Amino acid sequence: METGFNLGVVDYSIMIIYFVFVLGIGWALKKYMKNASAFLEAGRSLPAWVTGLAFISANLGALEVIGMAASGAKYGMSTVHFYWIGAIPAMIFLAIFMMPFYYGSKARSVPEYLKLRFDEKTRGFNAITFAIMTVFSSGISMYALALLMKTLLGWDFNMSLIISALIVLAYTYLGGLSSAIYNEVLQFFLIVIGFLPLVVIALVQIGGWDGMVAKLALNPATTGFQHSWQGVSNGPMGSVMGIVFGLGFVMSFGYWCTNFLVVQRAMAAGSMSAARKTPLIGALPKMFIPFLVIVPGVIAIALINSGDALFNLPVKGNSYDYDLVIPMLLKRFLPTGVLGLGLTALMASFMSGMAGNVTAFNTVFTYDIYQSYLVKGKSDEHYLKVGRITTVVGVAVSILTAYVAAMFNNVMDFLQLVFAFINAPLFAAFLTGMFHKRTTGHGAFWGLISGTAAAALVHGLTQPVGATTLIKGGWLGTVVYQFPSEMAQNFWVAIFAFCVALVVTIVISLLTKRVKTDEELKGLVYSLTPKIVDDSKYWYQKPTYLAAIVGVIAVVLSIIFW
Amino acid sequence: MGLDIKIPIGGMFTIFGIILTIFGLTTSGNEMYGISLNININLWSGLLMLVFGGIMLAFSDLFKKKKEEKTV
Repeated sequence: METGFNLGVVDYSIMIIYFVFVLGIGWALKKYMKNASAFLEAGRSLPAWVTGLAFISANLGALEVIGMAASGAKYGMSTVHFYWIGAIPAMIFLAIFMMPFYYGSKARSVPEYLKLRFDEKTRGFNAITFAIMTVFSSGISMYALALLMKTLLGWDFNMSLIISALIVLAYTYLGGLSSAIYNEVLQFFLIVIGFLPLVVIALVQIGGWDGMVAKLALNPATTGFQHSWQGVSNGPMGSVMGIVFGLGFVMSFGYWCTNFLVVQRAMAAGSMSAARKTPLIGALPKMFIPFLVIVPGVIAIALINSGDALFNLPVKGNSYDYDLVIPMLLKRFLPTGVLGLGLTALMASFMSGMAGNVTAFNTVFTYDIYQSYLVKGKSDEHYLKVGRITTVVGVAVSILTAYVAAMFNNVMDFLQLVFAFINAPLFAAFLTGMFHKRTTGHGAFWGLISGTAAAALVHGLTQPVGATTLIKGGWLGTVVYQFPSEMAQNFWVAIFAFCVALVVTIVISLLTKRVKTDEELKGLVYSLTPKIVDDSKYWYQKPTYLAAIVGVIAVVLSIIFW
Repeated sequence: MGLDIKIPIGGMFTIFGIILTIFGLTTSGNEMYGISLNININLWSGLLMLVFGGIMLAFSDLFKKKKEEKTV
């Protein structure tokens, strides 16, 4: 099947105008970049709606849009668990319980909070792993974008890679974190408005929701794909316990509450109230993003079932190439004009993913590695300069990793796996550290190490059904347990990692002496921090009420799409 | 930061809206809309973006300042 697109003048004009605006925002912000704080922390001055939309937009990157549509086509609506139970409770928890410590402690990054709460080695471990992780993630984004542009538009791989890297570098170099955040807001609206025509037309074509359900029933393998919970234990996600505890608790809280990439957006807010509202304002649109990225995947499979003459997915190995669901739907339903808009939206999602990683990387490197270990006590001007240079270096290393990804596909699979396991033990350290003053630095550090080791061990001893490479698990030689899918395996690896980290943190904490006094832990630990009184004028502006509204909508959505 | 993000957002979508609305009007009834169920999706998307861009600009500082000047 032909995968290429034919674009017209209108399509290219839209693309070019978008790039002009992206760079223009960076240019307009250039004059405000007078100190390191303005460049790396957006001067802590942004309104809640801006940081809130950036909060989810930074996460709405390359792998998200393409991957979630692919997963929708492969597994059906149960993919929404990554959005509802797998994000909303964590976002509420971050807003209500954790944000007061992050924002109130005046820490400039997540690793810096770890230094204040625990000790130097815990910060160092987190800063270094996070820095490596972001550079690689950004490289993977670039690689995926260049590959897609080559497949769809016939653009040269190297050219696409360099141009996308240069655009991201230009606007993050000029305007720092503010530029990345403002562009993420722009990209958010572009993704929503760009994909809307596709979803509407595809849904009309398939005969609405009922038509889609009827077409899904034509194939026993896809029957019931319209349900999120019903029949889920027979599906690839495995048990309800794995979903609720593995995905909904450990993985989701580990990601949304401790990953500096997203937390940084909230920390850039102008006030404590705005910082706490950031994840909640982000959660509102977050709950509806499945209709833009997962539903098209489900429709794609229904279309194939119905024998739509104009739509098919290219085959890769012994199954469909699910990663091409969105591009192939764009090609099937959108004429030139809106097609350019849709493709631009797709590019925007890649760029926001890249820029998010680059801006998180330069902050952690400058503050937590350079200023903490390499060159201490220099002027603010010096660190601003280092921040800028780090941005350039970060993008350059990302380009390098993009080529590594192009050469060794398995290396990338492996790294993504490792990243997924780093967050779970980290959340155990935060949970014990934020909510109990007795937790010590040694406890947290060894909890992190042992949790990560436990993840590796479980992964080495288990396998998903049908695994062919050792990267999927079982590399310790003996396979103790077989999971129904990679997803179920990931959930349980995270559960084990979290539990081991939790136990080790508590035991070592009890065995080691507490070094930080109550006074030092003020503002860092729950019981030693004065309760926050929110000064919002209206009740619906208060984080607690907003959290309740978000929670209720998530429950209602889950019931509707049960 | 002194930049009101509503201005570039509103500006970009207004430009997109103008382009797609005009393109939609000039290609009305064209056979290329066969794949989009004979709906002139360019025109409708263009109008939607004009409305969205307009709302963004209307609530931006750009408009606010002009209003304040008038009252002064």
